[in-house]
Amino acid sequence: MKQLLSKKNLFLLAVIAVIYAVLFALDAQGFFSRQAKALLVPIGINIILAVSLSLIVGFLGELSLGHAGFMSVGAYTGCMLTVNLDLPMYIELPLAMLMGGIVAAIFGVIIGIPALRLRGDYLAIVTLAFGEIIRSIFNNLSVVGGSGGLNGIPKYSNYTIVYIMLVITIIVITNLVNSRHGRAICSIRDNKIAAESMGIPVVYYKLLAFVVAAFFAGIAGVLYGHNLGILKPSTFDFNKSIEILVMVVMGGMGSIPGSVIAALLITVLPEILRGLQDYRMLIYAVVLIVMMLLNNNAKFNSFKQRVFSKKAKKQGADLAKEGE
Amino acid sequence: MSLLEVKNLGIHFGGLRAVDGFNVSIEQGSLYGLIGPNGAGKTTVFNLLTGVYQPTAGTFFLDGENLTGHSTMEISHRGIARTFQNIRLFTKMSVLDNVKVGLHRHVKYSLASGIFRLPSYFRDEQELNERARKLLEVFDLYGEKDFLASNLPYGKQRKLEIARALATSPKLLLLDEPAAGMNPNETAELMETIRFVRDEFNMTILLIEHDMKLVSGICEEITVLNFGQMLAQGKPSDVLNDPKVVVAYLGE
Amino acid sequence: MEFLAQLVNGLSLGSIYALIALGYTMVYGICKMLNFAHGDVIMVGAYTLSIAMSTLHFPPYLAIPVSMLVCAVLGVTIERIAYKPLRQASPLAVLITAIGVSYFLQSLALLIFGSTQRKVESAINVGLIHIGDFAISGNAVVTLLLTIVLMVGLTWFINHTMTGKAMLAVSEDKGAAQLMGVNVNKTIAVTFLSGSALAAVAGVLYIASYGYVGPYTGSMPGIKAFVAAVLGGIGSVPGAMLGGILLGIIESLSKAYISTQLADAIVFGVLIVVLLVKPTGLLGKKVTEKV
Repeated sequence: MKQLLSKKNLFLLAVIAVIYAVLFALDAQGFFSRQAKALLVPIGINIILAVSLSLIVGFLGELSLGHAGFMSVGAYTGCMLTVNLDLPMYIELPLAMLMGGIVAAIFGVIIGIPALRLRGDYLAIVTLAFGEIIRSIFNNLSVVGGSGGLNGIPKYSNYTIVYIMLVITIIVITNLVNSRHGRAICSIRDNKIAAESMGIPVVYYKLLAFVVAAFFAGIAGVLYGHNLGILKPSTFDFNKSIEILVMVVMGGMGSIPGSVIAALLITVLPEILRGLQDYRMLIYAVVLIVMMLLNNNAKFNSFKQRVFSKKAKKQGADLAKEGE
Repeated sequence: MSLLEVKNLGIHFGGLRAVDGFNVSIEQGSLYGLIGPNGAGKTTVFNLLTGVYQPTAGTFFLDGENLTGHSTMEISHRGIARTFQNIRLFTKMSVLDNVKVGLHRHVKYSLASGIFRLPSYFRDEQELNERARKLLEVFDLYGEKDFLASNLPYGKQRKLEIARALATSPKLLLLDEPAAGMNPNETAELMETIRFVRDEFNMTILLIEHDMKLVSGICEEITVLNFGQMLAQGKPSDVLNDPKVVVAYLGE
Repeated sequence: MEFLAQLVNGLSLGSIYALIALGYTMVYGICKMLNFAHGDVIMVGAYTLSIAMSTLHFPPYLAIPVSMLVCAVLGVTIERIAYKPLRQASPLAVLITAIGVSYFLQSLALLIFGSTQRKVESAINVGLIHIGDFAISGNAVVTLLLTIVLMVGLTWFINHTMTGKAMLAVSEDKGAAQLMGVNVNKTIAVTFLSGSALAAVAGVLYIASYGYVGPYTGSMPGIKAFVAAVLGGIGSVPGAMLGGILLGIIESLSKAYISTQLADAIVFGVLIVVLLVKPTGLLGKKVTEKV
């Protein structure tokens, strides 16, 4: 208990509460335009998606192009539940999220199994194929509305619920990453053969990463469905998976705060550029390319390091001292 | 009975007999050297003993237990740890975390405990830090515990690999060219460290090395390998003067 | 008879996939990167063909080379601007960049041509071919023949010319090839050039069967061809051919006999099964990491 109430944790708790209260107060004062208000929930959902995918891509080091597939499985499971059940919201929604998460997690195992045999680009294409298969199945499943979509989903998602879920997601994944289990996952990323010879059960930890990531993607899907009130298979296409991947990569691999910020920016950016209409996508594409080129430009990186990274400088100085 | 007992171990890749009829028995607490010219099959022996390759012939026993055919992970659990010729650290993790991965199986708290930060998490993490500190101090690495492994200078990376291997509490430690790329001073220091590890942890060590000074300085017994075959076996002074061995290294 | 007709359809669709897959495979073999923008090069090729034929009134024998030229230049330009600075970068950064280029081409086409699909006069018009009482589509036959010719030509080019051998050398080991005096930059440029020119031909053939082009025309065939390349073993030229043809046949037969809507799911399912059995594709080389 003492450790849980450390200064750092109390400070984090305060930050979480303050962000929530400030946004809530601003909203109550009518500060947000209707558009901005409508963005709060999608931002939260995208943060959950990005943080969960970063577990696979950033920490396990495997490329997944099928995250939207997990999201859709969760979304359809949860929404079918609330559409067909007739319970009060405060029972129905948590149940839907739990079920959506669990079913998505089961799919996480299914797609995690090829991950045990395949590496890198081959796994990427399998996850892509998995996403497309799920989508075409939903497209042809009349029980869930087929390509016309699933209608009449109660619009339960609101700012508070999404905020709570996103805080839970961040805490769980951050804690996982900073535990012995997280270290095992990272060791597989850095060197699989060394991890095996350290006795790390690689199979278990690969599956674990996929399962946890899929679970939260499923929850994000449930929230998504209950935000729009309708689910269409076409939402969960390859481009959605890519969008989530872009958030993770732009946020800096293996950085959870980075994923959060990138998810925020990438959700807001298109809305800011709304006035530019057709140019929106073009600008997005250019930003994407330029960001990647800059990130891998030696000159730009050394510039960035000079400006930002005092820590790196200190490490360098220590090393230099060592050498003397 | 000896700690490691290897009988007739062999592997062929297609027609190539990389290792053939390899026999060795290593006593508990000894320092054993495996030498031979480049391409003789030394690292392949290590790969066989750690399950990276599965042998096509022969068996090997650790502490009386047959480990032939086991996976790399299982062999690690049974007590063989190794370092790699081309260093394989967890490069994007800190020095401390590298060792803590090695301790993975020895301080176990559950997944739930990690995620929900139950008391056992804090208790066990503290123990992990403490055990990792002791190991790092042996190799004079504790000052750099928060550095990324990839930021360490080369010689220290080799040492960190040994520390990480020791963290798994092995019965047998395999060192693959621990002195490669080190200058004479560093090599001399490493010799001391290896001896210290043997005495302190009562460790049994099998090492591959090209530096003959190191081998003859610390190994009690050696085996020479050439073209996958055993050429000689015995005390360093005898083996290194064996005409067959001289021919293998220097030619006729 | 119905089955035979479907088989011919599959072969012709498969050869289009194979042509596109070649671009993926050649680029992957040499740069170890997944060029996601490759599918959109087909779209550019199709638009070029459409402008050349209906606006500029070029005859097909002129319009097709023009389209190939435009795509070849485009491919090399993309490589120079977007991929070359990332040679040392992580594969993921390159992948995202390639996706960025893909979005860029799509949205540029959207701005210039609008979102409505444009009808394109086919450059290839061969009527039905009758063999006894059996009629098969002439375009399908032309597509198949053209693909075979191009494949044989490409294989000869890779195995018997200096540039081709340079490509093999670079794909084996970039550093060693450079030390042996191979001009790596030039070789990579040639790879993109030939891959993109083949994609243009694929675009022409695709248009010959479907008749329309829109900003997203290249997307799905691109992904399918990518799947074909992986199915055959990415990095292998015969693999791309085999993968493409197989994929085309599976797709056509599923559409005819199982379900039109589920055809894509079946295609992707086959891929997953094949990779589970052979993790590097049908003709892919098994890579083992040296310990």
